[in-house]
Amino acid sequence: MSFDIDVEARRGDFTLKVAFQATPGLTALFGPSGAGKTSILHMIAGVMKPARGRIAVDGQVLFDSAAGINLKPEDRRVGYIFQDARVFPHMSVQENLLYGYKLAAARYAAPDHIIDLLGLARLLGRRPASLSGGEQQRVAIGRAILASPRLLLMDEPLASLDDGRKQEILPYIERLRDELKIPILYVTHARAEVDRLTAVVIGIENGHVTPRAG
Amino acid sequence: MFDLSPAEWEAVRLSLKVGLWSTLLSLPPGFFLAYVLARFQFPLKSLLSGLIYLPLVLPPVVTGFILLLLFGTRGPIGQFLEQVFGIVIAFRWTGAALAAAVMGLPLMVRAMRLSIEAVDTRFELAARTLGAGWWRTFFTVTLPLSLPGVIAGAVLSFAKSFGEFGATITFVSNIPGETQTLPIAIYSFLQSPGGEGPAIRLAILSIVVSMVAIIGSEWLERRVVTRVRPT
Repeated sequence: MSFDIDVEARRGDFTLKVAFQATPGLTALFGPSGAGKTSILHMIAGVMKPARGRIAVDGQVLFDSAAGINLKPEDRRVGYIFQDARVFPHMSVQENLLYGYKLAAARYAAPDHIIDLLGLARLLGRRPASLSGGEQQRVAIGRAILASPRLLLMDEPLASLDDGRKQEILPYIERLRDELKIPILYVTHARAEVDRLTAVVIGIENGHVTPRAG
Repeated sequence: MFDLSPAEWEAVRLSLKVGLWSTLLSLPPGFFLAYVLARFQFPLKSLLSGLIYLPLVLPPVVTGFILLLLFGTRGPIGQFLEQVFGIVIAFRWTGAALAAAVMGLPLMVRAMRLSIEAVDTRFELAARTLGAGWWRTFFTVTLPLSLPGVIAGAVLSFAKSFGEFGATITFVSNIPGETQTLPIAIYSFLQSPGGEGPAIRLAILSIVVSMVAIIGSEWLERRVVTRVRPT
């Protein structure tokens, strides 16, 4: 599995023009707020349409302006973990976890295993409103993986958590990084997270990939 | 006190029937209109919402008169329905249900619209990335999350339909057993000598029905809200 992106987009007078590849494992998209990192994820997920370019996962084209291809978000098999967990408030933890699983045509993730991996067994019957921020984020991560995506996007998944909660989640992300055989794009502006999680770093600044990220 | 005469029972039964049918029939278009108004920007949007909310501010007798002109036996829609489907609604209880639905629609749409506007579209986006198409997202996320407003809207519409007077009497007149709903029956009793007793009985009954509807809907809403809204 590999991931390939080469796109251009314009928002007002802000121009975004990025091209990079990612392989299985965790790749950090690192840069200051407003650099365009989240816009890149939106284009990959199919929420925002690039003006021009091509996005492909594992040989399958998700977007290609020249060929007129633009898959809907639900057809892309791209998992998205948001900064705010967005766990469905009207469903139990278990219903949340199985939401995408039930819809997936090709599954590689087994619920029991993921529930175990993320330490969710005790939470299955709970309602999201009764969970802590860290627990909600773990549910969101499990939910995304159980949809068996070919690519996982993580948009500052720790940014809205306090330090204690961050330390609680990080080991789980490390386990996923080591176990999942898909590329993970991890957006952050926190140096410490990058240092801890990966050596593969793509710097993003002002809508462009920086030539050399430290 | 509560030995209702057959005629009085008939009025209560008819009002309940009109209220239920008008509410049930206006639910789908009501939700659709609320959704369109909540989510889309389009030219003439204020004209559409103006038309929906118009019966709220218009004198009910005018609304009834317009219905009569359109759906009456000589009205363009009324003639069409009769010639093509053999349906006559003028001076029938179905006409009373239509008048009640038109009068209740603004209340229903308003409650639903507010509730749909309060649904966080980020949950819908999350559902899409999990593989749910637009319709599945609508039925598993948008609709359940806006349920409190749907219930509130349905109850308001029912309450309005149950007690609608002006548009109903203008459109379908005052026919006992067919279009004489509870408020129209009260009005008729008050017009006739010695009718005060039945009028008071029916008035008390309408208060009871209204209170039950309000309390029931609040209870239902609370149950749904605690399920749906994060605390």
